[in-house]
Amino acid sequence: MAVDGYGAATAVPGPASLQGQAGSSPELVQLLTPEGERVTHPDYPLELTAEEVKALYRDLVLVRRIDTESIALQRQGELGIWASLLGQEAAQVGSGRALGPHDMAFPTYREHGVAWCRGLDPVKLLELFRGVSHGGWDPAEHGFHLYTIVIGAQTLHATGYAMGIQRDGAVGEDGQAVIVYFGDGATSQGDVNEAFIWASVFNAPVVFFCQNNQWAISEPLERQSRIPLYQRARGFGFPGIRVDGNDVFACLAVTRKAMQAARDGQGPTFIEAFTYRMGAHTTTDDPTRYRLASELEAWKLKDPLERVKAYLVRTGAADQAFFEGVDEEATVLGKRVRTACQTMPDPQPLAIFDNVYAEPNALLEAERAQFAAYLDSFASEEVAQ
Amino acid sequence: MSVTDSATAPPRGGVRRLTTARAVAEGIAQEMERDPRVFVLGEDIGAYGGIFGATGGLLEKFGPGRVRDTPISETAFIGLGIGAAVEGMRPIVELMFADFFGVAMDQIYNHMAKIHYESGGNVRVPMVLMTATGGGYGDAEQHSQCLWGTFAHLPGMKVVVPSNPADAKGLMISAIRDENPVVYMFHKGVMGLPWMAKNPRAIGPVPQSGDEVPIGRAAVAREGTDATVVTLSLSVHHALDVAEQMAEADGISLEVIDLRSLVPLDRQTIMSSVAKTGRLLIVDEDYQSFGVSGEVAATVAETDPGMLRAPVVRVAVPDVPIPYARPLERAVLPGPDRIRDGVHRLLKA
Repeated sequence: MAVDGYGAATAVPGPASLQGQAGSSPELVQLLTPEGERVTHPDYPLELTAEEVKALYRDLVLVRRIDTESIALQRQGELGIWASLLGQEAAQVGSGRALGPHDMAFPTYREHGVAWCRGLDPVKLLELFRGVSHGGWDPAEHGFHLYTIVIGAQTLHATGYAMGIQRDGAVGEDGQAVIVYFGDGATSQGDVNEAFIWASVFNAPVVFFCQNNQWAISEPLERQSRIPLYQRARGFGFPGIRVDGNDVFACLAVTRKAMQAARDGQGPTFIEAFTYRMGAHTTTDDPTRYRLASELEAWKLKDPLERVKAYLVRTGAADQAFFEGVDEEATVLGKRVRTACQTMPDPQPLAIFDNVYAEPNALLEAERAQFAAYLDSFASEEVAQ
Repeated sequence: MSVTDSATAPPRGGVRRLTTARAVAEGIAQEMERDPRVFVLGEDIGAYGGIFGATGGLLEKFGPGRVRDTPISETAFIGLGIGAAVEGMRPIVELMFADFFGVAMDQIYNHMAKIHYESGGNVRVPMVLMTATGGGYGDAEQHSQCLWGTFAHLPGMKVVVPSNPADAKGLMISAIRDENPVVYMFHKGVMGLPWMAKNPRAIGPVPQSGDEVPIGRAAVAREGTDATVVTLSLSVHHALDVAEQMAEADGISLEVIDLRSLVPLDRQTIMSSVAKTGRLLIVDEDYQSFGVSGEVAATVAETDPGMLRAPVVRVAVPDVPIPYARPLERAVLPGPDRIRDGVHRLLKA
């Protein structure tokens, strides 16, 4: 993709095989077609060994399994809610595997695949969705910040974090950069647009990774933007790129390059991962009320897992035993996640007074004592009976 | 040269005296020298020095890398402050007027104040949100509110409200060093600005040293025996003026408590004073209902209402927006006349 004098990406025709396909456009960066055919792109050379491709495939399968298991757990009343990533595995695994150990990712509440890539045990995610913790993992340990529920708010936190990195002088090959995830719906938020302005003006080392899954709950993309989202970046003064969000190779290559550009002091990049939310917005939602089944069917043909499998089969890089092994691993993971979920202890009631401030607080200690006495009163009643 | 024309008044009796604005800026500067993680973000805080002078001279000393003028985007720079604090920096973010909180309340209320709790204690947000409050100079409904009750209402952030130069410096130092988000609210009328009404109490002795004034501790600004006046910020000045006058003219002895911090609130100092005087007047420039004055009254009522020899009296802004018209604005603010009237009512009961 060429970059013009304004630092913004200009459209370059993509592979001919994409023309005329639903949901694709000539500007799309793609390295693996839905049929599993490897294609090249002049700006995104990518060399992967067979083992690396197999590792990506394994990630995709395991992440999907976490999702499937979690939806089932919610349906069985074991989770309060679940935000499915079905269909977005490649966008998350591709970008997640592009990150270095010192990079920091700021997720929404749907980035289970990125969490996986950052080494966060999926059980920690389920604690949140089961409602037994606030989501309290240590972001510094994994380079993966807390799930943010308010739409788009984390784009500012990410930009501020990036400015902190800038002040620390952590640039270059061993430097750090930030990636922030958000959806197409968030691009209508003031916070996100203000983050673009800031990141641009201060040349912050941050990558804006937008998973355009076509739907903001029930609002389709055409009611959110009159132009392709990636083209908005030009107005803010930094490059915007649209990548096939169902192509794990392309997501990896594009994100890797954008992150390195950020580390090298070249400022922000906007990546629009063009994908599709195959499932509901969350388990409380019924998408059949607002979108056509035919749309879903068309996107099923572009499944992010199937194309990697087809590629592995086509190239002979993996045999049947490999696929069976990954499936078996997924089954074991699913079982582990299920058991862990079902046996999670409830938090102790007095924990409500923890961590309001960084140190103890006289008022809260008094309120804690009062609440403890209230709880103890039940014990004495039981004794009296 | 009048007192308010000069940022640094001539020393009296060897004690160095500064305006509150200079004291705040000095506190920030000393912390910036001590700790490279400290930086300042806000609108017009660089060459301008902050429109109420709280960042005067910082740009010259520390350069634009650490004293960053921002686009007009309160949501952005408060959100950025959060991100930078999470990364390990110590940002001071100036929200030009507390009234503008509405633009950025999601970042303040839902993120800055809650991330530590949500993270199970894993993440800290050590930032200072500094903001100007208060009326009395004809700036109308959207530029004159105190709103500290609104900020103090939400758990997760500390709230400090200095009334004089020495406390302003010491509380700023404490706020910067604190591991929590601290909302630092200065009343424009205590800053000693040349274009404001002259206020001799806005200038005072300030220690050279970088000592903290601990957050969460009230000060007895004047000792007395007949009644307790619990108040904060500019109203402390008015209460002290009234106390001096009434002592001389009427032989009434008022004890004036300067709260200085709202979160945490020093309830013990309030209780000790009321235990002594048996009478409580609360003076607050914030709206009367659902605010600081109610919280102070509730503290006494919940702990030991028997110590009150008369019903509590409140002098606050009635539950109306701050009016623009000068005579109307004067009418709603808790100035000396209304405080004096409150004392009379309290002592008559």
